[in-house]
Amino acid sequence: MIKVSNLCKSFGELEVLKNVDIHITRGEKVVIIGPSGSGKSTLLRCLNCMEDPTSGSVVFNGVDIADPKVDINIHRQRMGMVFQHFNLFNNKTVIQNIMLAPVYVEKKRMRKLRRKNPNNEKIKSTAEIKAEEKEKAINLLRRIGLEDKADEYPSRLSGGQKQRVAIVRALAMNPEVMLFDEPTSALDPEMVGEVLEVMKSLAKEGMTMVVVTHEMGFAKEVADRVVFMADGVIAEEGTPADIFENPKNPRTQQFLQCVL
Amino acid sequence: MGNFGKKINIFLESFIEHGAYNKVLEGLSNTILIAVMGHIIGIVIGTLIATVRVIPKYKLLPRVLNGFCSFYVGFFRGTPIVVQLLLFYYVLFPLLGVRITAVAVSILVFGLNSGAYISEVMRGGILSVDSGQMEGGRAMGLSFSTTMLKIVIPQAIKNILPTMGNEFIALIKETSIVSFVGATDLYVAFNYIGSNNYEFMVPYLAMAVIYIVLVLVISLLIKIMERSLRKGDKSI
Repeated sequence: MIKVSNLCKSFGELEVLKNVDIHITRGEKVVIIGPSGSGKSTLLRCLNCMEDPTSGSVVFNGVDIADPKVDINIHRQRMGMVFQHFNLFNNKTVIQNIMLAPVYVEKKRMRKLRRKNPNNEKIKSTAEIKAEEKEKAINLLRRIGLEDKADEYPSRLSGGQKQRVAIVRALAMNPEVMLFDEPTSALDPEMVGEVLEVMKSLAKEGMTMVVVTHEMGFAKEVADRVVFMADGVIAEEGTPADIFENPKNPRTQQFLQCVL
Repeated sequence: MGNFGKKINIFLESFIEHGAYNKVLEGLSNTILIAVMGHIIGIVIGTLIATVRVIPKYKLLPRVLNGFCSFYVGFFRGTPIVVQLLLFYYVLFPLLGVRITAVAVSILVFGLNSGAYISEVMRGGILSVDSGQMEGGRAMGLSFSTTMLKIVIPQAIKNILPTMGNEFIALIKETSIVSFVGATDLYVAFNYIGSNNYEFMVPYLAMAVIYIVLVLVISLLIKIMERSLRKGDKSI
């Protein structure tokens, strides 16, 4: 589903990723671990081209999205992303946060349909789109137990609540893959659990997930494959059992000794 | 004091009985028109320039636009507004062969001028919005311009509202120079009353009072606006 080949990324002189290859198949849960500065967040951000790769290709559903000629926005709509610092829109309420992008995309699609054939029966009015997306948003909020917060602004939510909203905001686009960039690193310890619960339930439903995290417990429980990164390369990868119980690479052994 | 009372009577007589209030109303409406329209044009231009200035500049087009914006801001901040007004009214439009009223020229010049200043204010505002807001929008597949328009600029405006209020108040007072091209504003109206009978004391006092009242009303409106925009802020 996502095939990364020979990916390099440098920020000025600093080489962050060196010829990384990784293949993520549909339904797979990949957890990326590694010391800070190893390039794991950069790798994740290259998957939806939030960072433009310096060289190499990122093929998503058969299209190389690292090519500057590709309309990246269309592909990003199929990839949900959750950030360390939530990045909820501060000027929108919770429900507006969830509805904004889907409504916008639907409206755009309707405009295209109308241009092709104004009498197409599938054309929905803006009010219909909004009503539909609102219902979807409320269902998503119900799923994380926050439907009573629909009309609050993000500033009134706790960190854990914000991150749960950020997850369902990404889900509202019906993505094919979810990218998590250290989703629990900015949270108070007692809120980590509620966010991980939402992620686990997503995993159970079969969502393709790529997660950068320091939560080794989550990696052991959920991952199909654990990728250990160090110094801009994938130093070792394998099943959680391989990596956590029987690491081969000395870098992996050293890292796991420090965190476990 | 008796003398002052007489001056007031002369003013009132000219103001009410000789119909000079019509002139004052015309001046007041022109002053407000030029300031409000000028500010709106300024906000639009300023926002466009500020956006151009924060676009990443890998490609040629943003670079060319950026160069043009630098020139624009340089010109309008580098020359006095009176000079710009005179240049537009007596040089540019005659050269183009376009007939245009003094008020229209004033609106245009004040708009272009405040656009240059507002662009810097707006740029500061955009930079004050956490970069995660832009990332959040782009990661959902929204385009740069959509994210800018729906997410970043509304938050930027909230942050710069106090400064914008300042700009608008400065603008409304600066409009008193439009008499240079013969537009009737508050100054022209009261000057006209004064020169009818060479009694300037009361008309100029009245003019000052009207300006103060105008500015107070505007300050109040800005405060109300700010309060409604701040409803998304931390309030726990």
